[in-house]
Amino acid sequence: MDLEMFFEQLINGLTLGSTYSLIALGYTMVYGILELINFAHSEIYMVGAFVGLAMVTVYKLPFAVALVAGMLGSCLLGIIIEKAAYKPLRKANRIAPLISAIGVSIFLQNAALMIAGPQARSFPSGLNIRTLSVGSVHISTLQLLILVISIVLMVGLQFLIQNTKLGQAMRATAQDKEVAQLMGIKIDSIITFTFAIGSALGGAAGVLVGVYFDSVDPTMGFFPGLKGFVAAVLGGIGNIPGAMLGGLILGLVEMIGAVYMSRYKDAIAFAVLIIILLVKPTGLLGRNVQEKV
Amino acid sequence: MINSILAVSLNLITGYTGQLSLGHATFMGLGAYAATLFTLKLHFPFLAALIAGALVAAFFGFIIGVPTLRLKGDYLAIATLGFGEITKNILMNLKITGGPMGLRGIPKVTNVYIAAVALFLVIFSLNRIMNSRVGKSFIAIREDELAAEAMGINTTQFKILAFIIGAFYAGLAGGLYAFLFRYINPKDFGFMKSIEILCMVVLGGMGNTYGAVLGAFIITILPELLRSVSPVIAQYRMVFYGLLLVIMMIVRPQGIMSAQALEKKKYKSSLEKGGL
Repeated sequence: MDLEMFFEQLINGLTLGSTYSLIALGYTMVYGILELINFAHSEIYMVGAFVGLAMVTVYKLPFAVALVAGMLGSCLLGIIIEKAAYKPLRKANRIAPLISAIGVSIFLQNAALMIAGPQARSFPSGLNIRTLSVGSVHISTLQLLILVISIVLMVGLQFLIQNTKLGQAMRATAQDKEVAQLMGIKIDSIITFTFAIGSALGGAAGVLVGVYFDSVDPTMGFFPGLKGFVAAVLGGIGNIPGAMLGGLILGLVEMIGAVYMSRYKDAIAFAVLIIILLVKPTGLLGRNVQEKV
Repeated sequence: MINSILAVSLNLITGYTGQLSLGHATFMGLGAYAATLFTLKLHFPFLAALIAGALVAAFFGFIIGVPTLRLKGDYLAIATLGFGEITKNILMNLKITGGPMGLRGIPKVTNVYIAAVALFLVIFSLNRIMNSRVGKSFIAIREDELAAEAMGINTTQFKILAFIIGAFYAGLAGGLYAFLFRYINPKDFGFMKSIEILCMVVLGGMGNTYGAVLGAFIITILPELLRSVSPVIAQYRMVFYGLLLVIMMIVRPQGIMSAQALEKKKYKSSLEKGGL
C-alpha cells in the first residue's frame, strides 16, 4: 500500500469512525445509567436519517435544517421509547428490558418498511461538494464536513457532561442511582434526558451517513448499530471518551483492513474487538470494578 | 420442534448457568454445515452426520468458550456476538461452504417424528444433567458466582462445560434444520436468529426447560398465527410481533414459567409463615 492510499484510507476511516463514535455514544450513555443494551438505538439512527431526508426532499429545506430536524426527531423517538418500553421494566431483571428493546427494534424497522418501502432512497444534500487534492491525496469536502460536525457534537457533549449542573447530575446518576436520588436529583428526568441526548446524537449520525453514502433505507441501521455497539464496548462501555475512541479505532481498522482483505471487512472489526476484550476485559478505557460479595 | 431444541440448549447456558450469549445461532450453523458436508462429501448416513455435526459444534463451543468465558456479563454477550459474526463471515467466503450461495441438494430426512424424538432425548438428557452435581453447580454459578467459587466449584470449567453441552444440542438442531429445509445459507444463522432463540428462552421463563419449549412454540407459531387471523394483520405481522414482545415483557418480565419466580414464591410464603 503506497502512502497516498494510506492517507486516503486514513481519512475514510476517520470519517466512518466518527459516525460510529456518535452512534456508540448513544449506547454508552444509556448503558452507563441503566446498564441496558439499547437495541432500538440502530432504529433511532435510521429514523433520524429518514426525518432528515424528508426535510430535504419534501420540504426542500437546507441540509443544516435537515440535520437539526433529524436530531430532534430521533430525540423525540428516544424519549417515547424510554417512557413506553423501558420505564415499566426498570425494576425487572436485566434481560427483560433487553428483549423489550429488541421488540421495539423489530417494530420500528418493520413500521419503516411499511411506510417507506424496502427500496433505498438517495439523499440529495444540496451541498456543494468538491474534492480537495493535496499532492495525490483526494479528500472530499463532505468528509471534512462530517468530521467537523461529529467533533463539534462530541466536544459539546463533553462540555455538557463535565461542566454543567445537568451533566453533574447525569454523572451522579450513573454512579449510584439511590444516592443521587437522596441528593435531590430527579433520576427519572435525568434518565429521560440521557435518552434524549443519546438519541439525538444517533439521529445526527443517521443523517450524516445517509448523505455520505447517498442512501437511506429501513434496514440501514442494523450494521452501523451493531458496530456502534462494538465501538462502545471497545472503548469500555459506559465510558464517554471511550466510545469516541472506540468508534475512531473501529473505523480506521475497518478501512485499513479493507485494503488487505476486503471480503473479511466485517470479521476484522469483531476480531479486533475480541482481541482487545481478551487483553483488557473491560475495554480500552473501562474501569475494572471489583466484584463484591 | 427444532426451535425448541435450540431454546432448550440456550436455556442451559443463559437460563441455568446465567451466561448471556448472543451467538447461539453460530453453533446451530456450524452443526448444520458440518452435518451437511459430512453427508454430501463423505456420504455419512443421516444419524452419523447429525452426531458428527453436533460434535463439531461442541468442539467450537469449547474453542470459543475457553477465551470468552473469562469475560463477564455484557462483555461476554458482545464477544459471543463477535464470534458469531466472524463465523458467518468465514462461511460466506469459504469455497467448501458454497459462500453466500449456501449449500443445496441436502436430502430431506427430518420429519415431525424424528424432531420429536430428538427433542425428547435432549430434554431427557438435560434433566439428567440438571439433577446431577454438574447441574447444581450450573445453578450455583447463576445465583452467585463468587459464592459458588468459595464452595469449591471451578466456575470457569463448569461454564465452559455448559457452553459445550449447549453448543452440542444447538449443533444437533442445526443438523435437523439442514435435513428439513434441504438448503442452508450463512444468513440463516446470523445475529437475528440468535436473538430469536434468546427471545424464546426469556419469553418462556429463564431456567425452565418446559418454559423454553413453550417459548419456542409461541415465537415460532405467533407470526404464522398473526398471518392467518386476517389479511390486514398479515401485512403488518412483523410490526405486531415487535409490539407483542414489548407488551409481554412489560406484563410478565420474568417470562411465562420462570424458575426464579417460582422459587421466590416459595421463599415468600415461608417467610410469611414466620421463618425459613
